[in-house]
Parts: sequence; C-alpha cells; structure tokens
Amino acid sequence: MTSLLAENAAAGAGRTSVRRRRRPFPWHIVVFLAPATLVYTVFSVYPLLDSMRLSLFAADAAGVRHFAGLSNYVTLITDPRWAGPFWNALGNNLVFFLIHMAVQNPIGIALAALLSLPRLRFRQTYRTLLFTPTMLSVVIIGFVWQLILSPVWGVGKGILAAIGLSSLFGPWLGQEGTALITLSLISVWQFVGIPMMLIYAALLNIPDDLVDAAVVDGATQMQVFWRVKLPLILPTVGAVSILTYVGNFNAFDLIYAVKGALAGPNFSTDIMGTLFYRTFFGYQLQLGNPTMGAAIATLMFLIILTGVMIYFFVIQRRMQRYEL
Amino acid sequence: MAARRGKTLGAAAVHGVLIAYTVVAIFPILIVLVNSVKTRRAIFGDPLAPPTPETFSLEGFATVLARSSFEIYFANSLIVTVAALFLVLLFGAMAAWALSEYRFPGNSLMAIYLAIGIMIPIRLGTIGILELASALDLVNTRTILVLVYTAQGLPLAVFLLSEFMRQLPRELKDAARCDGVSEYRIFFSIVLPLTRPILATVGIFTMIPIWNDLWFPLILAQADQVRTVTLGIQQFIGQYVTDWNAVIASLTLAILPVLALYLLFSRQLIRGLTSGAVK
Repeated sequence: MTSLLAENAAAGAGRTSVRRRRRPFPWHIVVFLAPATLVYTVFSVYPLLDSMRLSLFAADAAGVRHFAGLSNYVTLITDPRWAGPFWNALGNNLVFFLIHMAVQNPIGIALAALLSLPRLRFRQTYRTLLFTPTMLSVVIIGFVWQLILSPVWGVGKGILAAIGLSSLFGPWLGQEGTALITLSLISVWQFVGIPMMLIYAALLNIPDDLVDAAVVDGATQMQVFWRVKLPLILPTVGAVSILTYVGNFNAFDLIYAVKGALAGPNFSTDIMGTLFYRTFFGYQLQLGNPTMGAAIATLMFLIILTGVMIYFFVIQRRMQRYEL
Repeated sequence: MAARRGKTLGAAAVHGVLIAYTVVAIFPILIVLVNSVKTRRAIFGDPLAPPTPETFSLEGFATVLARSSFEIYFANSLIVTVAALFLVLLFGAMAAWALSEYRFPGNSLMAIYLAIGIMIPIRLGTIGILELASALDLVNTRTILVLVYTAQGLPLAVFLLSEFMRQLPRELKDAARCDGVSEYRIFFSIVLPLTRPILATVGIFTMIPIWNDLWFPLILAQADQVRTVTLGIQQFIGQYVTDWNAVIASLTLAILPVLALYLLFSRQLIRGLTSGAVK
C-alpha cells in the first residue's frame, strides 16, 4: 500500500518535472491563438452581444437610452405600426427562401448529375461557365437583370418574342404581384452554382463499385441516379439547404440594389435585411432607431439559430442514421 | 447498334441541356459586356448585335471615368481585400495550428467558439460594430473594413485549415522538435509551406465575399475617398440611372477584373470546392 502510494507520488513527480523541464508554460499556444481570437471576439462576437443588449433599451426624445426590458419586442409584434411591416418582411423572407428551395436545389442537383456523368466531354468548360454568375457581386447581378428586364431596353421582351412568348412579358420587377418572385429567381439564377458544385463533389465521392453493381444488374443511368446516387447525396442536400436558409434570412444586397431601402413596390419585396436596414438607419423622413433595429437583428439571429439547431440536432442526425 | 445510337442520342441530349443552361447562365453577363462598347443608338437599336466599326463607342467608359472616382474605388477594394485576406490567412493558420497540434484544456471549446461564426452571419452585429467603430474613431476608414472582414473570414478559415493540418505527417514536426527547433519556426518554416495548396483555396473563399460586399461599406465607409467598388457602382448607377452607356460601362468595369481573376483561378477554386474541403 505505502509502496504503491510512493510509486504513484514518484511517477507524478517525475511527470511534472519532465513537463516543467520541457515547457514551463505553453506560451506559444497563446501566441498562436491570440490574434485570431482577439479580432474575432472584438469585431464579431462582442458586437453581436452588444446588439442584443441594446435591443433591451429604448431612447427617449432627447436620445438618452434607458433600460426597457422586452418592450421593443412587444412593440414589434403587437403595435400595428411595427407589426405590419415586421410580419410582411418575415412572410416575404419565407417566400424568398421557399422559392430558393423549390427551384435552386432541384436545378443544382440536375446540373450536378449531368456534370458527373461518366465520359462527359467539355466537363471543365461547363463547370467554369455555369459557376461564373456565383462569383460576381449580388449588386452587379441585380443591376444586370434590372437592365435586361427593363421594358425600356426590351432585351427580355425581344428574347421572349423570339420564342413566340412576347405576350407573357411584363414589368415583372415593378409589379407588386411579381416583384418578389422575380427577385427570388434572379438570386436563384446567381447562386445555383453553389448546390451544383457541392452536390457534384458528393456525387464524385460515391464509390464506383456501387454504381457499377447497379449497372451490371441492368439499371439505366436514370435508375442509378434515383435509386443509388440520390439517397447517398441527401446529407449534402441537407447542408446546402441550411446554407441557403442562413444566406436567405440574412440577404439584403440584391433587394437594396434593385429596389432600394423601401423594397417597393409597396414593400412587396421587403425582407428582414431591408427592414433591419430601414429601421436602424432610417429612410427619407423617418429617423433611424438603433434600439429597435437591434431588436430586429436579434430576432433575425434567433430565426437563423433555430434553423441551424434544427439542422444539427434533427436533420443531420437522422441522415447519419439513414446513411448507416 | 441500336444501343450505341441510343447512347449517342443520350449524350447529345445531355450536351443540349448543359449548353442551354450555360447560355442562361452566361447570356446576361455577356450582353452587358457586349453593349458596353456600343453607341447609345446601337444599345437600344439592336442590343443583341456585336459592335461593328460604325456602332463602336467608348463614351460610357469616358463618362464613368470622368464623373466618378472609379480608380480610387478600385484601389480601395484592392487594399481592403488584400489586407483582410492576409490577416485571415495568417491569423487563421496560426489558430488552426494551435487547435490541431497542441492538446490543452479548452481546446475543443475554443474550436467551437471560433466555428460559431461560420453559421451566424457577422452582419447581425452591425449595430454593435457601428457603435464600436465610432468609439474607436474608425468610421469612414479602410481600417474598420479590414478588421470586420478579418473577423468575418476567420471562422471558416480556421475550420478548413485545422481540418487540413490534422492530416499533416507527424514525422516532419517530430524530427524538427528533436533537433530543438522552436515551435514558432516549426510553424513558419515547415507547416505553413506545406499548407500552401489549401491556403489558396481558403484565400479564394475569403476574398470573394469581401470584394463583393455592399453592406459594410454602405454602413461603415460611405465617404468618397474610402468607398469600395461595389458601393461605388451602386451609388454611381443610382445617380446616372438614365445614362445607359455609363451604367453599362460601370457594370463592365466591375465585372471584368473579377471575371479575369476567376477564369485564371477557376481550376484552383473548383478543385477546392470539390475536394471535399467544404461539406
């Protein structure tokens, strides 16, 4: 017993002395970690927490801030002057996201499936060209489409006329009923490259023998895709969906570039990002309201966090089980 | 025979679909580039025609260069992007190395803390960032943009780089340690050079959103002498909306450098996207 204790003590002492001799305190770890942690904490984490804190304050007429509890949130959700725009923006944002999910992902999957077909020629050229719009600034893309869809220029109309559909053309970006759908489709057009590339990568990672086995059994390329490949790339589709969700509920640039801060016509293209900007900065005669803006930003944070949590704890877990 | 014909037909159909979608993806960009060197009359008369000696004109570019400080905007974007990119890669690689190489208490907690920023957009803290910028007297400077973009780029960079560094062979580092080489030298002269291929990929992922961003320049740096290209174009077009030559020329000026860089590095970028680094 005593010998055992002594042995333990000796071993312990030996270990500490070795550690002490080699490195007294691992300062290099601190030096390696400090710059990134510092910049990230000061310019990303702290401002986010500070915004949340600010959302619990309100300013009086003189501009002095005082603690107001959750009153900003109550106002936002119940006061008709605020609740109308808020629910409108949230609803529009949901439509914006659902259009992305319904159009962007299927097109992305289809393009990836075609690109990953065996013995496809010009694969590299297609990939490069198809991904080009994704590289450009949303602002540039917004203006480019504004020109093309402009009835003044007539390019859009001319193209529809060439395929005999000129009667379909309308000022889509200017009409209340079509502006949001048009903007969503412009965004889909630009970002379809991301699901395409990620799913293409996932398809390339599928072991050849799985596909070969199916082909030997007489399956067509179509059947191979639906029965073998698609189930295997579902986790990537899940990851693409959450990326889309976060991007969509944080979007701003496209709407602002094409429709301005007022997200017209009649707020029909207003989403959370533009509502946040208007509230925070003000527009025309309306003064900016930082504390109310902070409340909207915090709600956006909660919306995004909820989506991310659902993804990590429900969707991803279920998919991993499915994969096994 | 019939099977082969079916296969050829199938391949033709695949190329048909891919070509059709490629046209959809490229046409809007192309039509802007083509019309940027045409006269106003030709832009409206026949938008789809390529420029001829009669319709060739650079008046749009002349307007842009005369009425805006485009070269300053371009320089600003370049300075901000390169500085932030350098800091993201340097600080990101250092942190990734610490997280992937050393075992210390709080290691995984630290990794999670830094990874939160991958999913939670930095824009949500904009009000806090603006208050911080005014407190530090950094509003309307390129410095604040560099700092914010560094903070924005770090989470993904640290994540991707530490995944990569975990796979580096142990022998190299251990051999250096036996020779008594300091941890700093191991990092800077052994690890960093080995990380170069993935640094390029991470660099491209970091650079694109910074160059293209409208939000932070709009909020933090509106002044003419610190304005970036994306904001500059947005403001210019807002002002000259009826001058189609100028609008199309300004869009072309914004598209060309990115397009050139992309075509130059597309192999690298696509390899990065498809290598499984991002999942």
